[in-house]
Amino acid sequence: MDDRAKYRIKQLSIFSENRPGRLMDIARDMKEAQVNILGFTIAEGSGYGVVRMLVDKPEKAYEKLTSEGHVVKFTDVLAVKMEDKPGGLYDLTVMLKEAGINIEYAYGYRNHPSAVLILKVEEVDRAIDCILASGRTLYDTSHFK
Amino acid sequence: MLSAHIPNIPGSKMAYWNPQIETMPISELRALQFKRLKALVNRLYEHSPFYRQRMEAANVEPDNLKKLEDVNKLPFMSKKDLRDYYPDKLFVVQKRDIIRYHASSGTTGKPTIVGYTKNDIETWSESLARALTSAGLGQDDVIQIANTYGLFTGGLGFHYAAEKIGAAVVPASTGNTERQIQLIQDLGVTAMAATPSYMMYVGEVAEKIGVSIKNDTRLRVGLLGAEPWSERMRDRIQDWLGVKGINCFGASEMAGPMFSECAHQQGIHFWGDICLLEILDPKTSEPVGPEEKGEMVLTMLTKEAFPLIRYRIGDITIKHEEKCACGRTHPRISRITGRVDDMLIIRGINVFPSQVEYSLMTNPELGNEFQIVVDRKGALDEMLVKVELKPEAFTDNIIQLNALRERVEAKLRNLLNVSVDVELVEPGSLPRFEGKAKRVVDRRVY
Repeated sequence: MDDRAKYRIKQLSIFSENRPGRLMDIARDMKEAQVNILGFTIAEGSGYGVVRMLVDKPEKAYEKLTSEGHVVKFTDVLAVKMEDKPGGLYDLTVMLKEAGINIEYAYGYRNHPSAVLILKVEEVDRAIDCILASGRTLYDTSHFK
Repeated sequence: MLSAHIPNIPGSKMAYWNPQIETMPISELRALQFKRLKALVNRLYEHSPFYRQRMEAANVEPDNLKKLEDVNKLPFMSKKDLRDYYPDKLFVVQKRDIIRYHASSGTTGKPTIVGYTKNDIETWSESLARALTSAGLGQDDVIQIANTYGLFTGGLGFHYAAEKIGAAVVPASTGNTERQIQLIQDLGVTAMAATPSYMMYVGEVAEKIGVSIKNDTRLRVGLLGAEPWSERMRDRIQDWLGVKGINCFGASEMAGPMFSECAHQQGIHFWGDICLLEILDPKTSEPVGPEEKGEMVLTMLTKEAFPLIRYRIGDITIKHEEKCACGRTHPRISRITGRVDDMLIIRGINVFPSQVEYSLMTNPELGNEFQIVVDRKGALDEMLVKVELKPEAFTDNIIQLNALRERVEAKLRNLLNVSVDVELVEPGSLPRFEGKAKRVVDRRVY
């Protein structure tokens, strides 16, 4: 197996209409399925949104959401361990820029004592190689269990 | 009416229910139409206070009809007349001669009531028996009728015609879709009469319960009508379900479903011995040129209980005069592109929901259901089209989703000449219809 595969974190992307109660529905589904949400963001389209979530049990969450009629996709993202100090994000983005890797979107959360940056890039494998080669740490899938 | 069932000649694809009438030379057909028109007008002038008074007001007498084209001297009738003379003041026979009543669905207002004599029922069945035969159906077929039975004319109309051609009938009526799918499988149903939107819904439900209409059933023909639908929708029904979509036409005022396409699917055969068809400019009421779009005006030539003369049914279509590849000589009409009364006027531009459907269906990323919402913001009309995104077309990439939305908007704008907002909605979130689909929500307040 490709060593890199374990760094591909399965993020859930959910198509959601922009109307009251839709996020509540998703949250209820996660509660009912006893799925813990670790990271979370909503991207706003026009009349709709895409909810992006990292959870502890992605397959279970996927099954629950689709059975409730949601349109769900898995998207591979990377989770970079960030040192929780000024300039951490800057250093990482400099490195990615120099490698010519474009960031489609990103979001972060603080996970004491370090922080986690979630990255969505097109060339996932190349990004994995670059980040690891720079001496940084990528969380693998076991981190999100 | 005389009819002879000519069985399929082995090796020949031509099958007529009534070959003498269906392949009648045009000149003979016109002579027959004129003869019947004269007889109808004479009868109504003598026996109907309504028609006599209308003709007098229009300064026309039966003797003024010298040739078929003189039909244009006769006054028009509209749905308003049917409502004003509700329930039975337009009937021209004794009550005892009426053997059945139907009422219109009332989609666009107060329902209207239509009565039938024994001969009227016979003519209706004859008309649709010719249609079903032309679509390739016969005694070996099992036809499931998923149109409403009862006051709506669809169910019983197809029922009588299907029995007349000797097919087996499954009178399923509407609703209970999983049961319908089970019947299609268990009885080896080969044809289904339904609204096109219900046909699609049957396909969706079938997939949900793990049945492929295409691979797991013998269903091969859909007799589809009662609402406007597009060529694109037909492509989908044919490709996805493996069901040949035969476009059917009728209205309760005429009798019910009466006419359909033949297996060549090149327009709906309008039996000229039963119905005289004019296509007029809706504004000037003058005939449009050949192959031009206009408003249908119908004269039912043989109806007894509830005749119609120059009835403005409100549908917009094109008439084709040339003989069909199937050998039938009667005029054909293109699919109905809309109704005079469901036409939306958006910023002064005529918009038909069928055009919107046509445009949406050119996008493989979109589902089958859509809804048009019209609002008025200040002095301006705003049109929003909500359409379902297919689950497989969903991407996490917002840029791609927005690009899709903009592409759909641009296509609509190009076709309709009016700008439209498109909203992508979740699959399954728009209302489903078992009868006629209601696609427009007009919230304008003037």
